Amino acid sequence: MIRLERRPAPSRAWAWATPLLAVLATMVAGGLLFAFLGKDPLLVIRTIFWDPILGEFAFYYRGQLLVKAGPLILIAIGLSLGFRAGVWNIGAEGQYIMGAICGAAVGLAFYPLDARWLIFPMMVLAGGLGGCLWAMIPGILRTRFNTNEILVSLLLVYVAEQILAWMALGPLRSPDGAGFPGSRNLRHYDAAANHELIAGSGMHWGVVAAFIAVILGHVLLSRHILGFNIRLAGASPRAARFAGVNPGFLVLTCLGVSGALAGFAGFFEVAGPAGQINIDFNVGYGFTAIIVAFLGRLHPVGILLAGFLMALTYIGGEAAQATLGVPAAAIQAFQGMLLFFLLALDVTTNYRVRIDVRARA
Amino acid sequence: MELGSINPVLLISALLLASTPILLAAMGELVVEKSGVLNLGVEGMMIVGAVAGFIAAVESGSPALGFLAAAAAAAVLALLFGVLTQVLLSNQVATGLGLTLFGLGISSLMGQGYVGVRPPASPRLELPVLSELPILGPVLFNQHALVYLSLALVVGVWWYLRSTRSGLILRAVGESHEAAHALGYSVLGTRLAAIAFGGALAGLGGACLSLVIVPQWTEGMTAGRGWIALAIVVFGSWRAWRVLLGAYLFGGVSVLQLNLQAAGIAIPVELLSMSPYLITILVLVIISSDKRRAQANAPNSLGRTFHASG
Repeated sequence: MIRLERRPAPSRAWAWATPLLAVLATMVAGGLLFAFLGKDPLLVIRTIFWDPILGEFAFYYRGQLLVKAGPLILIAIGLSLGFRAGVWNIGAEGQYIMGAICGAAVGLAFYPLDARWLIFPMMVLAGGLGGCLWAMIPGILRTRFNTNEILVSLLLVYVAEQILAWMALGPLRSPDGAGFPGSRNLRHYDAAANHELIAGSGMHWGVVAAFIAVILGHVLLSRHILGFNIRLAGASPRAARFAGVNPGFLVLTCLGVSGALAGFAGFFEVAGPAGQINIDFNVGYGFTAIIVAFLGRLHPVGILLAGFLMALTYIGGEAAQATLGVPAAAIQAFQGMLLFFLLALDVTTNYRVRIDVRARA
Repeated sequence: MELGSINPVLLISALLLASTPILLAAMGELVVEKSGVLNLGVEGMMIVGAVAGFIAAVESGSPALGFLAAAAAAAVLALLFGVLTQVLLSNQVATGLGLTLFGLGISSLMGQGYVGVRPPASPRLELPVLSELPILGPVLFNQHALVYLSLALVVGVWWYLRSTRSGLILRAVGESHEAAHALGYSVLGTRLAAIAFGGALAGLGGACLSLVIVPQWTEGMTAGRGWIALAIVVFGSWRAWRVLLGAYLFGGVSVLQLNLQAAGIAIPVELLSMSPYLITILVLVIISSDKRRAQANAPNSLGRTFHASG
């Protein structure tokens, strides 16, 4: 008979081992999935996880790694703060879109003025502010009206997508675009462009911001009273209230910070790799970042590693799509599977699995 | 702008059909939440139901088989959630989100070869004599069978939760799983059954979308309806009749905005398209601002993990 016995404290060893085991289990299950699709599973797994780093064309893919990991890490760091405190912002995709729209709008308003020292920082701020304010909507509704922030933040993603379409077709449409949807390309406007800092590396300001967020996030959680309060509120909301933690303030802080980081990510993306506001601008980073946050154990360093792993599945997935004809959707299913395995294996962190050989009389 | 071109009879008739997927999913989630489980994966189960039902209907040529397959596929997916949260004791919020993300991925993978395919038509069910009544006939008695099924389910769920022994046990498990466990009721069994039921209904709702309303398969076609169903359960404060009201309110808004788009009203299309989501949020705010009323009927153990020690 198998039974679960609650551990007095979560096991640290298992907490770090489960993500690795989950990745292995996903590779096996994913391999079966690919075999079912009629592809050679070993070849697909190698194309996704090995070739982008060490394969023949790795010089091309390595740059892409930072481009994809940057926004994922930046968003996931913000989300992890809320998830730790029991504040569920799952609308990062919407905040990412709103950050991109606000940042790009400020840049486009100055077109073609050539004053990078002024325009670029203002765009960064506008991007962060856009995401932050969009996240404040569920925040204020939760603190003022007790409305569930999970549902509101998620529903606002659909609203943000409509605003994006409206902007791409209306107010922000490029006057030189011959009627095509989409704004001017910010990469062709030097004062506003988020260029690669080292050619071929994929390193841009958004990636720098992601690294800074990892460091600040780590300091916040391990050294600052706010980080302590966040962890306390997550572990025991009652104890937190007795300790004088203001729950409303914590909700607004967590949502505001995660929204701002998602907004930054959106801005750096639109001014850099994406280049323009268009209908298909968002590709689901805001949702994948949820997986990154959990896979990284809601810990900044873990998130850094998980962000790179997820970026790898994106890039490897594209490579597998191009060379082996693996459908793009398979990668999405693959990422979802990873979260499932992680959550399933997590039982070992909080519980001891006891197997009684003798049946109890 | 020609508001006169909007026919109220057709509008109400379309409303009943447009609300059905959400009503089905919300009734399922109502039962799940009444048993104390918060399954945020409704969107994922709906879209898997939509694609599974579509494939089964296209391959077999029978819409009825399609609906069965949709319910079965979504129930299997729901049981995956059930095993993770009830047996392996994972966090319900995170697992529900994972279910949605996984469902969206696996559905577009399954639906690869089915984009642009036409499913077999599922005819309306004309009730004899009644459907020939003026005005009421076409509105109420000439609908798809699923519309009647969803209404029957509202009555059934209401009656089940209120008047049956098994419904009472389910509510007991949802209110206090420790007490129900101590009395000897199976918390695990009750909850797994509720989760599977909720999944089947969400899948049926998805298939209603892909086989009857649209009828076509496109990626991500549920477009947030699963989340709206979750919101409607809160809006209905866990009561079957109010959930019905919420679903029809949402259906009304979405049908009306489509009609306004078609009539060429001078409001940006995007603004009209986002109105169902905005109104859902607005309604959520109104209902939850009165804390006492909002929480009065909420299951006490909702979202809490149950681990029988010993």
